[in-house]
Amino acid sequence: MTKYLLLSAMLFSIGAVGVLSRRNLLVVLMSIELMLNGVNVALVAFARFHQNLDGHVFVMMVMGVAAAEVGVGLALLIALFRNRRTVDAGDLTTLKG
Amino acid sequence: MTVTNETMIALIPALPLAGFLVNGLAGRRLPRVASAVIGCAGPALAFLLSLLLFLASRTALTPLTNVLWSWMAAGNFTIDIAFRVDALTAVMLLVVTGVGSIIHVYSIEYMKKDPGFARYFAYLNLFMFSMLVLVLADNLVVLFVGWEGVGLCSYLLIGFWYEDLKNADAGKKAFIVNRVGDYGFLLGILFLLAIFGTVSFPEFESRAAEKSAALLAAPALLLFLGACGKSAQIPLHIWLPDAMAGPTPVSALIHAATMVTAGVYMMGRLWLVYRSVPWVCDLIAIVAACTALMAAITACAQTDIKKILAWSTISQLGFMFAGMASLQFQTGIFHVVTHAFFKALLFLGAGAVIHALHGEQDIRKMGGLWRDLKVIFVTVLVGAFALSGFPFTSGFFSKDAILTAVYEQFVQKEAMFWPLWVVLLGAALLTAFYSGRLIAVVFLGKPPETPEGHERVIHRPGWLILGPLVALAILALFGGFLQSGLDGFLQTMNWTGAEEPGHEAAHLLNAGISVVIFLVGFGSAMLIYGFRRDLVDKILAWDPARGLYQLAANKFYFDEVYRWTVVTWTKTAAAVLWFIVDRLLVDRLLVEGAGWIAYRSASALKRAHTGVISLAAGAMAAGVASLLGYLLFRFLINA
Repeated sequence: MTKYLLLSAMLFSIGAVGVLSRRNLLVVLMSIELMLNGVNVALVAFARFHQNLDGHVFVMMVMGVAAAEVGVGLALLIALFRNRRTVDAGDLTTLKG
Repeated sequence: MTVTNETMIALIPALPLAGFLVNGLAGRRLPRVASAVIGCAGPALAFLLSLLLFLASRTALTPLTNVLWSWMAAGNFTIDIAFRVDALTAVMLLVVTGVGSIIHVYSIEYMKKDPGFARYFAYLNLFMFSMLVLVLADNLVVLFVGWEGVGLCSYLLIGFWYEDLKNADAGKKAFIVNRVGDYGFLLGILFLLAIFGTVSFPEFESRAAEKSAALLAAPALLLFLGACGKSAQIPLHIWLPDAMAGPTPVSALIHAATMVTAGVYMMGRLWLVYRSVPWVCDLIAIVAACTALMAAITACAQTDIKKILAWSTISQLGFMFAGMASLQFQTGIFHVVTHAFFKALLFLGAGAVIHALHGEQDIRKMGGLWRDLKVIFVTVLVGAFALSGFPFTSGFFSKDAILTAVYEQFVQKEAMFWPLWVVLLGAALLTAFYSGRLIAVVFLGKPPETPEGHERVIHRPGWLILGPLVALAILALFGGFLQSGLDGFLQTMNWTGAEEPGHEAAHLLNAGISVVIFLVGFGSAMLIYGFRRDLVDKILAWDPARGLYQLAANKFYFDEVYRWTVVTWTKTAAAVLWFIVDRLLVDRLLVEGAGWIAYRSASALKRAHTGVISLAAGAMAAGVASLLGYLLFRFLINA
């Protein structure tokens, strides 16, 4: 049990660091996937531990939503690239106050 | 398929409503003929249905009711949208739809060239709908819906030619003055609701006797305040003369025949409440008699043909209330019926004269019209005879009935109020006088001098104007013979007890006096204005007469008194509220101040927004981390 959770925490942390530190939006999106999968591992582990199917179902849900989210994210990214010729988060400062 | 009585009850208001919807929504795209046909079809069909219902309710032992749906329900208190046809409602239905249909037909020609033709018929139909809801209502709240509806339509139609600011102002005046009355009316409804725990008329009737008079005085007074507004009694009568700014058929329908009698109808509907509070009835009689006399005096000094008729309407409404306050309700209702005939006739006749003279309303610029407008002259003469009580016309019977009722109540029973009877006789005398003056100045005598080469051009009315006039003239002439039938029909209302001994004697006395009054009033007016116009100046050279004339010409200065007491103060208060409270306090301090604070704090805070996504994400992660850290901390402390 502990090992699984450790793996889950590691995956999540790697993802979080990736989201925070990388400037390429493509990599940021991939990192978000990593975070989601870290959570999935934890959910499955707990589901096994409690002998309960809810966690498995919820993982399926998360994967579906993640697929949709990546679809939308990539579409946005392509549209952004067509407009701005960049996918670097550091260059996108239109919201600066 | 057979149409049941219940369906007919619902159809009567629904037909004008349908006409309103069609003309109101699609009126611009319809040809005029279609607007006119649709506009007249609703009331005419409603009249036919009312006639059928009248015949049905003549044999019915209990009132016909139709509960459409439950409007609101709270616990065991419910208000239904319910209609009921008893004898009183059946009579009012016939008057409203009958006279209303005639006036609709007349309007086709009168409004022929008006750009707002379809809008006019839409409003008129909406008025018919509201008025029918008012008389059909089975409870006070539904009645109030109709009551407000007719007020709205009155406002819309007074200001029908709203391009002229004067007309729009007259509409607003009518609406605002009525607001005062309606406020009282609403309070009265709430009082009755608090006392009875219900608003339905049958329940009032079955339980009014068990309530004490002291309890019922307040609602009776407040409801009468509402009636003062709608039916133009002192002190809320000031809107009705100004309401003449609307088209003349509107004055005939709303401001003479139907809407203004709503207050009288309301008293007949709540007769048990009023009968149990005698002192309120005394007060109403005093107000009514004063109104009748004051308005009759004023009518003698007016020069606008429609204003004369408006003041006459106020005066006749005073008569109706006097009849109601004498607790002989059938007399007041009878006068409502006959007054609807002859006053609608007079207004339509006046409208025809105004139409013929291309909008001229000043009677001093008329004169000698009988040669050119023979049919109009004869019908208006019939109307004036009925108004002033020429023997055996409709007005003679109904006014005589009221005078007898007042005589029996206030001279024989409550002798201290005998002046009321005398005041009403005086009002009747003046009624005959101004009717005679109207006829003499407008139709007799010589036409006024016109500049050389400018012949008076008279626009001859067509049969759509003459037909309604003749129909109403027949009703005004012979309507009086409906009296015994009407009284018999209204027996089911249980208004009257056994006939008083000496009723016949009182009746004969009042009838005799009425005839004398008619002869003196009408005759002297004919003599003065028909033959010896120079007598007017001679009479007015006498100071008291001139003073009274000034008073009457200025409508007893009611408008001025209101201007100095209510209007000025309200306007000052409004100006203070507008400038100090609204402009300075709300606008400057609260609205602009809030904006200023937001703007300032935002310009300080905007530096925090760098627009760098990873920074924002980092801040969010830090926030989540600190929140989790806090929860962990709490968990460790508790554990």
